Amino acid sequence: MSDFNQELDARGLNCPLPILRAKKTLNGMNAGEILKIIATDPGSVKDFEAFATQTGNQLMDSSEANGEFHFFLKKGG
Amino acid sequence: MSEKSLTIIATKGTLDWAYPPFILSSTAAALGYNVTMFFTFYGLQLLKKDLNLSVSPLGNPGMPMPMGMDKWFPVLGTAIPGMQAMMTGMMKNTIKSKGVASVAELRNLCLEADVKMIGCQMTIDLFDIKHEDLIDEIDLGGAATYFENAGQSDINLFI
Repeated sequence: MSDFNQELDARGLNCPLPILRAKKTLNGMNAGEILKIIATDPGSVKDFEAFATQTGNQLMDSSEANGEFHFFLKKGG
Repeated sequence: MSEKSLTIIATKGTLDWAYPPFILSSTAAALGYNVTMFFTFYGLQLLKKDLNLSVSPLGNPGMPMPMGMDKWFPVLGTAIPGMQAMMTGMMKNTIKSKGVASVAELRNLCLEADVKMIGCQMTIDLFDIKHEDLIDEIDLGGAATYFENAGQSDINLFI
């Protein structure tokens, strides 16, 4: 995945900050836009899945490379 | 998606126990929950403008200590004057270095997300807590006020 509208650097942040920052960023975005999040908290992998399921935002992709986790969230309508 | 709701009764006023109520409330709010927090007894410390929370190793065998101190340090040693201040300082440094939010930061995130905070009026009277020492964003109330929210809430926690 490479296309996104906004990027959030949540590296070095621990639970629940990556989720809270993502939520805040999504608040300022339009439905259908994509937010890329970079995190280093291993717990964020499960948490972003759970966040997407419960909020109606779609987790389009989740991947790991060199200890960093990349998430692509599509804002729900 | 219908709105869910959470209430939490926060009863503890130490640095370590300040985390569960604020982490859960801020996260629930981010997930779209309607959140109410009720602060009673020592939990009222979490509503002070000036958050000056400590953690005590005393009577807390589950608390990890740096350099394996808990392995050889006698239990009575945790009662030495200055021990609490030292452990609190160490804990605050660890919190910072691990990218964990401060209690004040989590509380602000809760307030920004419209988490409703209620201070227990009875506790305020009991401990002569000054209103001006507490943050302005709170309401005061009693047990009945709590149940007004809890009675129709999906999740109710006592911490």
